[in-house]
Amino acid sequence: MAGLAAAFGSGAMTNSIAELEDTKCIFIIGSNTSEAHPLIATRILRAKEKGAKLIVADPRKIQIASYADCHVQQRLGSDVALINGMMNIILKEGWEDKEFISERTEGIDALREMVEKFTPEKVEAISGVKEQDLRKIAELYAKSEVSSIVYAMGITQHISGVDNVKSLANLAMMCGNMGKEGGGVNPLRGQNNVQGACDMGALPNVFPGYQKVGDEKVTEKFEKDWNVKLSRKPGLTITDMFPAIEEGRLKALYVLAENPMLSDPDLKHVKKALSALDLLIVQDLFLTETAQLAQVYLPGVSFAEKDGTFVNTERRVQRIRKVIEPLGESRSDLKIIQELSAKMGYPMEYEDPSQVQEEIARLTPSYGGITYSRIENDGLQWPCPNEDHPGTVYLHKDKFTRGLGLFHAVDYVPPDELPDEEYPLALTTGRIFAHFHTGTMTRKSSALNKEVEKGFLEINPKDANKLGILGGEKVKAISRRGEISIEVLLTERMDEGVVFLPFHFAESAANVITNPAFDPVAKIPEYKVCAVRIEKIDEKKEG
Amino acid sequence: MNFSNVSTICPYCGCGCGMILQTIDQEIINTLPSKSNPINEGKLCIKGWNVHDFVVSSQRATQPLIRKDGDLKEVSWNEVLEYVAKELMRIKDQYGPDSIAFMSSAKCTNEENFLFQKLARAVVGTNNVDHCARL
Repeated sequence: MAGLAAAFGSGAMTNSIAELEDTKCIFIIGSNTSEAHPLIATRILRAKEKGAKLIVADPRKIQIASYADCHVQQRLGSDVALINGMMNIILKEGWEDKEFISERTEGIDALREMVEKFTPEKVEAISGVKEQDLRKIAELYAKSEVSSIVYAMGITQHISGVDNVKSLANLAMMCGNMGKEGGGVNPLRGQNNVQGACDMGALPNVFPGYQKVGDEKVTEKFEKDWNVKLSRKPGLTITDMFPAIEEGRLKALYVLAENPMLSDPDLKHVKKALSALDLLIVQDLFLTETAQLAQVYLPGVSFAEKDGTFVNTERRVQRIRKVIEPLGESRSDLKIIQELSAKMGYPMEYEDPSQVQEEIARLTPSYGGITYSRIENDGLQWPCPNEDHPGTVYLHKDKFTRGLGLFHAVDYVPPDELPDEEYPLALTTGRIFAHFHTGTMTRKSSALNKEVEKGFLEINPKDANKLGILGGEKVKAISRRGEISIEVLLTERMDEGVVFLPFHFAESAANVITNPAFDPVAKIPEYKVCAVRIEKIDEKKEG
Repeated sequence: MNFSNVSTICPYCGCGCGMILQTIDQEIINTLPSKSNPINEGKLCIKGWNVHDFVVSSQRATQPLIRKDGDLKEVSWNEVLEYVAKELMRIKDQYGPDSIAFMSSAKCTNEENFLFQKLARAVVGTNNVDHCARL
């Protein structure tokens, strides 16, 4: 979200899901929408039926690409070059929105200078996308009456993740597609309440509502309300926590319903770090891989056993409701935190979650008008500063949150690890339709396990042929960090030289082999590209 | 027999689809899509339709545990909370508040995330709080 915050002043999906249905052009990049966000894909397909144009840029022939007016298969990690190439053509042809650029933005000159270097020849050399396709997607995006950009982790999980997002913001502003219905730059959030966790200040540098840690006025407001002295020093990101454990600076870690033993890059490293802690507390539903390393396990409850709110990807705060009583001895996570806090000498007194929401509204300007009674039925989209405010369908209408929209001249940086002689294939990771994230929830479902029971590695039949591998054969996938054994699936979805691994399966965890190199600003690891070697398993030797 | 329909939100991806969970005598028996929810308008994906499968999974671990002599042993809530509070205070006193970190969750509610960061900031005194949006 750092990229959008830098360009516009706030990091969230700018427009709403329903708007996608009536826009004129949708540009999907780095999102396997029909598998990972099926109900958003539905809107996109409806738009397509109503005559909208669809552009898909994805290294794999994903399902939604078969509906595209143009699908380009850029090389892994070449997105900045691709987008700069589109802008190169747009400026050369005069398809930009000159009025929007002069009235609503700043920084176009530096960007213009940068994208001049990204000629179609250069872009083809970097991304593998041919000039005629580049020209086609630039024209479809720029010349449609209003165009929407949709992206997900395929854009952000790179060392250049923030640059990728800034590039998309550049493109949208250049064509005047901001602050209007059906336009925008729209990150699809991968988890039900990522937006809410960010909004609530589960981040080391901001309080709830993105109010900065260290800002004296903000800090004093929270100190007064909470009646306690607060630290002005920003904290550690997750990516920084593991080195801090190894250096002995971090002694205790309290993990709430997360499974870093499966979701973090470079798992061997994570296990070593977690084992080195004085105290590891895990609060979860299951004895996850992480919980098995813990000193203490606290049984929390599922979404069906508690009341509260989730915020969806379009900033809509919605009510979840208790359906059944907590199973066994498990307790609501809210109650666990309250009781622990009381034992540590700081009682937090709330009768129910609606009283926590009252405190959130009091301290968080963008949530100021959100109350449980107002979201009984449909939910409200923030910013919603007061009780009379109807919520905000799309952001940046007459003015960006930061005032003028800021163009960033972004240069192409290759991925941290590219294929070479020793590791000749490029590996990317992602989701499949039947499972979710690390599989802690979906793999407990017999119906979903019937759909897809175990992990697999997608490879182009030509590459498999070269290696003498048959479909369904078990192979070793080896990177500089580790190796896994896994069955291969031969498919034309993959380009030659690129293989794909879903990350839902603990027994063949993608993150044993992925590269932990991360974006210097957002600290997001480069899960979407690393170099691997595939080896046949010699059955005689293995016995 | 007590039959109920409860309107709630799907716990999987960021779409935020509305769903109705149906129960008979405290047992979740079925998931239905909400027709009035503005996101999904009466539809769900395959993960959503099967939500009720994981809540009641026999693999749920519902007892507080503390590691004793190398193994996780069942203990009471009072014992586990006393232990965690005492240990966190000991580590805070010995190494300072920034020696403790909190990993919050994109699966938890707003209210839980809010209280968890408040626990880190107001009670322990550190801004070492993050969640897995990055991953």
